[in-house]
Amino acid sequence: MPDEKKQFETVIGLEVHLQLKTKSKIFCGCKNTFGGEPNTQTCPVCLGLPGSLPVLNRKVLEYAIKTGLALNCKINSFIKFDRKNYYYPDLPKAYQISQYDSPVCYDGFVLVPQEKGEEKKIRLTRAHLEEDAGKLMHDHNANCSLVDYNRTGTPLLEIVTQPDIRSAQEAYDYLQILKLTLQYLDVSDCDMEKGSLRCDANISLRVMGEEKLGVKTELKNMNSFKAVKSALLFEERRQEGILQSGGKITQETRLWDENKQMTFTMRSKEEAHDYRYFPDPDLVPFVIEEKAIKGIAENLPELPFDKCNRIKKEYDLSDYDAWVLVGSLETADFFEACAKLHRNYKSVCNWISGPLLQEANARKTGISGLKIEPKRFVEIVKKSEDGSLSNLGAKDVLKQALCSDKSIEQIISEKGLAQVSDDATLEKIADEVIKANLSVVEQIKSGDEKPLGFLVGQAMKKTQGKANPKKIGEIIKRRL
Amino acid sequence: MISEKDVKYVASLSRIHLNEEEAKPLAKDLEKILNYVAKLQKLDVKQIAPTSHVLPLNNVFREDIVRPSLTQEETLNMTVDKMNGSFKVPKVIE
Amino acid sequence: MKLFSLTAHEILDLLKAKKVKAEDVVSSVKERIDSVETRVHAYARVFETREIASEGNENLFPIPIAVKDNICIKDNETTCASKILKGFKPPYDATVIAKLKGAGAVFTGNANMDEFAFGSSCETSCFGPTRNPWDLERVPGGSSGGSAAAVAADETIWAIGSDTGGSIRQPAALCGVVGLKPTYGLVSRYGLIAFASSLDQIGPITKDVRDSALLLNIIGGYDENDSTSVDTPAKDYTKSLISDIKGIKIGIPKEYFIEGIDPEVGLSVKAAIEQLRSLGAIVKEVSLPHTEYAVATYYITATAEASSNLARFDGVQYGLRSIPKEQRKNPIVDMYEETRNQGFGLEAKRRIMLGTYALSSGYYDAYYLRALKVRTLIKQDLDKVFGDFDAIVTPTSPTTAFKIGERMDDPVSMYLSDIYTIPANLSGIPAISIPCGFSKNNLPIGLQIMAKAFNEEMIFKIAYTYEQNTGWHKKRAGI
Repeated sequence: MPDEKKQFETVIGLEVHLQLKTKSKIFCGCKNTFGGEPNTQTCPVCLGLPGSLPVLNRKVLEYAIKTGLALNCKINSFIKFDRKNYYYPDLPKAYQISQYDSPVCYDGFVLVPQEKGEEKKIRLTRAHLEEDAGKLMHDHNANCSLVDYNRTGTPLLEIVTQPDIRSAQEAYDYLQILKLTLQYLDVSDCDMEKGSLRCDANISLRVMGEEKLGVKTELKNMNSFKAVKSALLFEERRQEGILQSGGKITQETRLWDENKQMTFTMRSKEEAHDYRYFPDPDLVPFVIEEKAIKGIAENLPELPFDKCNRIKKEYDLSDYDAWVLVGSLETADFFEACAKLHRNYKSVCNWISGPLLQEANARKTGISGLKIEPKRFVEIVKKSEDGSLSNLGAKDVLKQALCSDKSIEQIISEKGLAQVSDDATLEKIADEVIKANLSVVEQIKSGDEKPLGFLVGQAMKKTQGKANPKKIGEIIKRRL
Repeated sequence: MISEKDVKYVASLSRIHLNEEEAKPLAKDLEKILNYVAKLQKLDVKQIAPTSHVLPLNNVFREDIVRPSLTQEETLNMTVDKMNGSFKVPKVIE
Repeated sequence: MKLFSLTAHEILDLLKAKKVKAEDVVSSVKERIDSVETRVHAYARVFETREIASEGNENLFPIPIAVKDNICIKDNETTCASKILKGFKPPYDATVIAKLKGAGAVFTGNANMDEFAFGSSCETSCFGPTRNPWDLERVPGGSSGGSAAAVAADETIWAIGSDTGGSIRQPAALCGVVGLKPTYGLVSRYGLIAFASSLDQIGPITKDVRDSALLLNIIGGYDENDSTSVDTPAKDYTKSLISDIKGIKIGIPKEYFIEGIDPEVGLSVKAAIEQLRSLGAIVKEVSLPHTEYAVATYYITATAEASSNLARFDGVQYGLRSIPKEQRKNPIVDMYEETRNQGFGLEAKRRIMLGTYALSSGYYDAYYLRALKVRTLIKQDLDKVFGDFDAIVTPTSPTTAFKIGERMDDPVSMYLSDIYTIPANLSGIPAISIPCGFSKNNLPIGLQIMAKAFNEEMIFKIAYTYEQNTGWHKKRAGI
């Protein structure tokens, strides 16, 4: 069957390296923060100086277990650390303390929300702890590389999926829900730009229906979720092109070039890796008691899926609305605080997911970065519902409320934004508008109702937008 | 048992450059040592657990407390070559 | 009276009685170093300035001490007697150094050693060999040969060394001094440049058993910077210095008195055992059936760990950096390979490569994992004996000091000089070597006493009793 196009299935597995946001590093007391002057957050231990020894940060293991439980993993009752031996200038001991055959977490899964309330299960092979390496910068002018060891010893949790992902979009969705879950757990900043969450991808293609996995390539150097998706899409097309024309995929590591939007073979020829893992004699094993796991499990926060389902039910909202609200923990919290003050949940939800999040996004912050608390927010929502503020007026008040501590009443009166709804005032305005536009009035009277909107517009203009538009329309109609 | 080629491979894994004059006697030495340690193969150890740690210690932690770091000067004091607050090394090709 | 020839406890008595001043002791030792060091070469570097902590504090030990060149002293060049660490000045103190400083110790210098503690003769040092004060043609043993020779030649009052497979005890035996390898986990390893992390232990090398107990009092104890440090209450080991071993059960492993043992060593050790019996100990023959596998097990596990511990010496951060003239692979790899080729001596290369091989893919199970399993068997042998016995007594080394150069070309015969000392490291237990006689050539012979983990008291008690009833330790090298 020459020339017949084969159907391929894409198989993707992801490895996420997550920096845990403990106060100090994994094996020493150096500050665990991003962005200091080069080589100022280092000590004999994280520099791997001769004679120095590692001691595990208690919080790091706790965060790993917490994350594992949230990702539906089993927790190993006996864990140890191993040395992964390889030479690279950013690795000061020429071995990385990692975990080879006893990861903290194994056999988990992540549910990825799909359309129509469905979900897809991505299985996790394992999540293990290791130390981060330093940062290498290449100076092309001086033809040298520079090493900064500040990042060395930052606690990392490496989360590895099974090859369960079937498309670049699915990979993107998996990363989104993973990040959200991690943010709920408050164990990491999950900031790809700062490298606190990094993702490598393995991708291969196989003929549809076949079980055996194809030859895979490993993609590195993606620094956003979007880049992961683009790199996978590119690689999917590249591999398909090769396979369709009868070629073979070379197993290799490829680097994503964000500017060119392409993947490239690494220039350095990788030698066959032989990491010579063996148990690190400088660290003793850790026995994790059932009791300790239970203690951590009991203190897990409500996770996105559970929160979404509860919010849907409790406030009678749609799947879409609920996901928007749980899209960040502070949004969900804000909503629930508002819902306590005002029972029109749908309206509160709309005002949050619409105007409030727009303002937050415009300021590149979350809701907590805005200067508004549930009480004042709900007041605005209520005033828009009962007609004392127009829709536009309410949005205006919200904007004002975000830049001051003033009460809503004060903002409305200062700006004169109160909607005019009292009949006497409106009737007076209606009369004035009618008098000034007699020809239009004639037109309406002859049966053409279209210009009515024009008259309402004139009334609004006269009141600088404060007239209740619905009401003034009714009054004008009545008066004609 | 161990060829010169093996020795060169192990040397490269160990990141030690060996020239021809060095590789040959080292291969011989390693051969002798491996012949000696081969006696371990005589023992039946199927049912024996390995000892990585000689004391029954476990769960040794430090608390998550920040301690002072070295200064940049102290850190870079050790190196033969530095630039812009960093360790300078020959170019690394990615 | 020559102050340099005294023990630490004798000097402390004189200081307390105000019969001497700390600076008198320090200058006496300095003069001694000036007169004999060129012949012995016990030091990698002798310190010019020696600070003496203020006198009058009862708890101070202002005693001159030599520190093996693999224990970090802040801002002081520390090189493990290797070219690759040339110029390396650690920006921190090892825990034992901090403790010694707190006790007012006066550091005389860095004692010479086998490069990275790889050796049993002190011949692999990049500074050249140390000589045995009893016979300058012979080795002092190793790897803490400099520490032992310095004590034996009175170039220090006492010293600290490190022991991975016998590196304190074997040179102590060959130099006629007292060397203790404490229980693994008793003395912090923080700041000891690692050879084999699961075996290394710092310990005292002294002129007699009382000094050994005193020095262990200073350097021992829990350290939060070492995950393998054991949190046990502090002990005063001098309390176990009681000359009474009536009823103490001592096992003599039959496997230790067969092939390869120098008849003179065998006779001296047997005489010492008889002496212990006559002092009231119950002595019986025991069996440690896996003894013949100890050396092989040790060389696999120790070199495997060493290959990884020494990987960091790559020229990036500190020490030697060497770049070949012509490019071979790529710039960074060339730097690694040339630095490590230039920086490491032959024995270091052998051991790094052996260890790398034992861990490498395809050989891990056959070598490394198997060795860890045999380690279990060797430990079980000892545990079993200690179920019935308080101590095990053996020779420390199968031979007396050998000639310089004699074993350099035969690594396996060199490795076998540690055959009696290795099992204590593999099983983590404490062991001491004390003088127990001399050969016809006037070379010292050592007696090894081992006990259960954390039972240093038992060792001190037996060693002290033997010492008080024999007096071998009083004989000094006639240099």
